[in-house]
Amino acid sequence: MAIILDKDSKIVVQGFTGSAGSFHAQQCIAYGTQIVAGVTPGRGGQTHLDRPVFNTVHDAVRSTGAFVSLIFVPAPFAADSIMEAVDAGCSVIICITEGIPVLDMARVKRYIQQAERGGRELTLIGPNCPGVITPGECKAGIMPAFIHKPGPIGVVSRSGTLTYEAVDQLTKRGLGQSTVVGIGGDPINGSSFTDILAKFEADPATEAVVMIGEIGGSAEEEAARFFKEKMTKPVFGFIAGKAAPEGRRMGHAGAIVEGGAGTHASKIAALRAAGITVVENLSEIGETVARARKPLAA
Amino acid sequence: MKLLEHEAKAILKERGVAVPPNGGVIAKTAQLSAALKRAGKAPWVLKAQVLAGGRGKAGGIKLAKTPKEAAVLAKAMIGMDLITHQTHGQAIKVKELLIEGGVKIERELYFSVVMDRKAAAPAIIASAQGGMEIETLASEKPEAIIRMTVDPVVGLRDFAARRLAFALNVPNDRVGEFAKTAKALVKAFIDLDASMLEINPLILTPKGVMALDAKVITDDNALFRQPVLAKMKDHEATALENEAKAADISYVGLDGSIGCMVNGAGLAMGTMDTIALAGGSPANFLDVGGTANEERVTKALKIILKDKKVKAVLINIFGGIVKCDMIAAGVVGALKKIKLKVPLVVRLQGTNVEAGKEILRKSGIPVIQADELWDAAKKAVEAAK
Repeated sequence: MAIILDKDSKIVVQGFTGSAGSFHAQQCIAYGTQIVAGVTPGRGGQTHLDRPVFNTVHDAVRSTGAFVSLIFVPAPFAADSIMEAVDAGCSVIICITEGIPVLDMARVKRYIQQAERGGRELTLIGPNCPGVITPGECKAGIMPAFIHKPGPIGVVSRSGTLTYEAVDQLTKRGLGQSTVVGIGGDPINGSSFTDILAKFEADPATEAVVMIGEIGGSAEEEAARFFKEKMTKPVFGFIAGKAAPEGRRMGHAGAIVEGGAGTHASKIAALRAAGITVVENLSEIGETVARARKPLAA
Repeated sequence: MKLLEHEAKAILKERGVAVPPNGGVIAKTAQLSAALKRAGKAPWVLKAQVLAGGRGKAGGIKLAKTPKEAAVLAKAMIGMDLITHQTHGQAIKVKELLIEGGVKIERELYFSVVMDRKAAAPAIIASAQGGMEIETLASEKPEAIIRMTVDPVVGLRDFAARRLAFALNVPNDRVGEFAKTAKALVKAFIDLDASMLEINPLILTPKGVMALDAKVITDDNALFRQPVLAKMKDHEATALENEAKAADISYVGLDGSIGCMVNGAGLAMGTMDTIALAGGSPANFLDVGGTANEERVTKALKIILKDKKVKAVLINIFGGIVKCDMIAAGVVGALKKIKLKVPLVVRLQGTNVEAGKEILRKSGIPVIQADELWDAAKKAVEAAK
């Protein structure tokens, strides 16, 4: 068991023949991931990486039975690609693309909400994220596979490279991962920390969760509330951006929408108050989890 | 990117939002009399064009009743160092003044549109208590703030604009004008791909509704489809930040002594935090990006080293998309072109890490290598002493 993806997940890659799409699809295939098709408009009928290429996601889904889409389409067209995957019936959509206009994501969210009101169950991961990996089973993203190993720790993060850092530390201390999810660094994204924590809580293969947040927004505060009210599994939290200057990215009226949340201090305080173990030093994430799981005998 | 008041007002005026009589922007006192003439009859308002809020209390906005008074004020204001509660104790030099004709204010409202992350949609924040700092209002009288989410596909509907007008106690004779203005402001927010648009105050004049101030922050991700905004100058960015931006490198200058080059925004922030925790202080935030090549690494290193405060450089790369050997080759290539006078600590992990370390070892460049981030940070802090 794992959350989101497992060895049977059939994946179609949008932006398959581009340089990023090609490189990473190849890496995913090498990991054993079932990449069954690719989509590049205008190149339908061709073969790329030994996989069929289709003009539309609809064609790819109909021909191969894929229900997961992995998106490497450039930012100006990525929002449309997400909506295409929704319309074609994909239930899991992972968008790697960085730099999508925020307003485009607001429109995508509306589109997804409409589909959900119609009874569909949809999971969008990203954008601006490294993707999802279920170690030993399925890699759908751009993370370096070799740092991962199967095990009981769930990892969820807003940042790509910070996730690698944390995973590397876990693996080096013998702690494997159930699933590692990058939810992305954009202001509006598909899945929140809370969405993923709920999946980890329900997943029998996950025993503890590492949550890596950063300054801005209130997703970590909401996750802390969820943890306190609904979770039984331990969560270890790290928040990046303590040394970051204030005000360069946050507008004033924006700060008010969040109700005073969004700073490093407020997030740490929210995590602590909820009972999440806070890791202050980025280099000690793995060690902290390891210590908590193997308490020294008295 | 943040727009200056006069830039934001020009854009809003084109979109049907009323603004005060505009006399133009002046950088020299010699330009004043022409500006006063353009702005119409006395009184006039002289407004410092800086990005920080709180200008009024800090002396950055002045009213002049005569041309002589305006001249005295303009002379004092151009070149003044403005410290507001938003400048974090630092002074901003006033280079330009916006000259406007005075208008009759009947009431001041607060009106802004922001991107509400949680609702995943634009949201209007409004209050009948305009002119006040919205943060102050939020903590002292949160019940005086009205919030309304807007459909990003449709914009503000007529009925919603009217509801807002009545909620703000706009008199009946100006409800129509208010609704028109609110719709224009929301449309501007959407059309400009703004992340924040704030009018404080939005005023009721005896005859209508007018934006007395305007603050706009745009979404840099959308500049590819905003040709007008893309051509505008980013007033907040330093020369180095602009240079970095042109090279597609995300860089923010800071006050410390350890220059950082990192891949990924989160890890870049985490590296800064680790340096601080190890007793040092970062000189910058720098995300070299997910598709960095030798040229970008060279450019990034050049930018870091142009900052004279830098006493040591820490390169922290966790290879995912970026391959460590490529970064190592980039560093070696860069150091053939740049003479390095400060210690360089390099920490590589992830994709092709061994090949990357090997390239650095064989290069003969005096690089301090580290495997773990904590070790790298401590070495950088030590080297910067």
